Amino acid sequence: MQRVVIIGAGQAGVQAAVTLRSEGYDGALTLVGEEIYPPYQRPPLSKAYLSGELVRERLFLKPDAFYSETACELRLGVAARQIDRAAKTVSLSDGTSLAYDRLLLATGTRVRKLPLPGASLPGVYYLRGIDDVDLLRPEMRAGARLVVVGAGFIGLEVAAVAAKHGLHVTVLEAASRVMARAVSPQLSAFYEREHRAHSVVFRFGAALEAIEGADHVEAVRVQGEHVPADFVLVGVGVVPNCEIAQAAGLVCDNGIAVDEYTATSDPDIFAAGDCTSHPAFAGGRVRLESVQNAIDQAKHAALAMLGKPVPYREVPWFWSDQYDLKLQIAGIARPGDVTVLRGLLDSRKFSVFHLRDGVIAAVETVNAAPDYIIGRKLIAARAIIAPERLADISVPVKSLA
Amino acid sequence: MPKITYIENNGTTRTVDVPAGWTVMEGAVKNRVPGIDADCGGACACATCHVYVDPEWVAKLSPRQDMEDQMLDFAQNLKSNSRLSCQIKVTPALDGLVVRTPKTQH
Repeated sequence: MQRVVIIGAGQAGVQAAVTLRSEGYDGALTLVGEEIYPPYQRPPLSKAYLSGELVRERLFLKPDAFYSETACELRLGVAARQIDRAAKTVSLSDGTSLAYDRLLLATGTRVRKLPLPGASLPGVYYLRGIDDVDLLRPEMRAGARLVVVGAGFIGLEVAAVAAKHGLHVTVLEAASRVMARAVSPQLSAFYEREHRAHSVVFRFGAALEAIEGADHVEAVRVQGEHVPADFVLVGVGVVPNCEIAQAAGLVCDNGIAVDEYTATSDPDIFAAGDCTSHPAFAGGRVRLESVQNAIDQAKHAALAMLGKPVPYREVPWFWSDQYDLKLQIAGIARPGDVTVLRGLLDSRKFSVFHLRDGVIAAVETVNAAPDYIIGRKLIAARAIIAPERLADISVPVKSLA
Repeated sequence: MPKITYIENNGTTRTVDVPAGWTVMEGAVKNRVPGIDADCGGACACATCHVYVDPEWVAKLSPRQDMEDQMLDFAQNLKSNSRLSCQIKVTPALDGLVVRTPKTQH
């Protein structure tokens, strides 16, 4: 193997480059990124970078010297256009093309756009990259009226930053609770209360009809009512960037389909990160949007490209920072799981364990890192622990693993 | 700019400039000091940036917060001078700080 090309210069792309080199690969290595920035961390964008606590320079995952010292060629501000699987080349938006022996697709996701009248008015923002936040930050002025569309992680993290900065925040959500796709009803209720305590207003079951304004957003119309807005942040999810894979005839299924070794349906093409659908730890297939999956899957992809495949079956984990609350989640909860509360919601330090057929399948923790760490181990071990014992805070959590 | 010295488990020593306001973890990552993984990027969410602070510096750092204490409880080979380097903010007063990285973060 002489030539590796990585499409996508995010967390997964750069991790694959790191692992390829640390595992001894000494051939050509090219990392192609559509944005003009070298690989950077996305999690702080909706938190410390938005609030201004973190300057841009601190977002970058590696110093510039890393790329020269490891002979990792960065091609930034360039998009991959087409994969020619027969010729084993990728053509790029600048008219050039790259030949590969192994290709890694780490193309990530893009924001889902709001399909509404007025959605392209000035003052309507999305949040995915550095540029998005640089546009959004000047709007974060005390007293401004922000309407957040979507009560997912991004929407709520922005709401928390905005509320702390003294903005008037209204969150519109189509479902009946916050973070409905990601957390249990108990957690949703807890976080809704916390946000309300910071004067955030919620409207659930909200059916958006239009974004209104003459030459700038002025209001959001919901079920005939006008919710006034100086600006709008839309956080209604992402879609995987799998068009280039699809066009090349690779199997896609809510993401670029890979096996447990991260190989696509072409044995010379691999995929890692948010763009993949892969065999899940808990069975079935899943597409994850997380740093953990990007890092771990990229490591596995690098090993597989080097002919040292190891099956990827990591326990997924996630986190979210809102106000002074650290939410850490391990495993993936499903409707129908039996939930066990450990600790008291009012103490703002508790966890919710999810049991599936008696086996610990997921844990959601708030300001309770020990429960999270032990929970991860219990999930990996597919442990069975009696609900009474899990709920008993007089039993030290360490003694459960 | 404050100078921070990182000593790897194998004795390799690096002294690098780290801007005030950054964390000791960031100083390591940006200067390619091995042995500090920092998977979560400094959110105190992964406990992969464990370091041992040189004894003479321990008292000069702001004390561990609750969350850091809880995460460290699970670090391998925990010592009284263990810290998560993502939670140590570099200040001019920390010019000359010495930290050692453990054999493994996992």
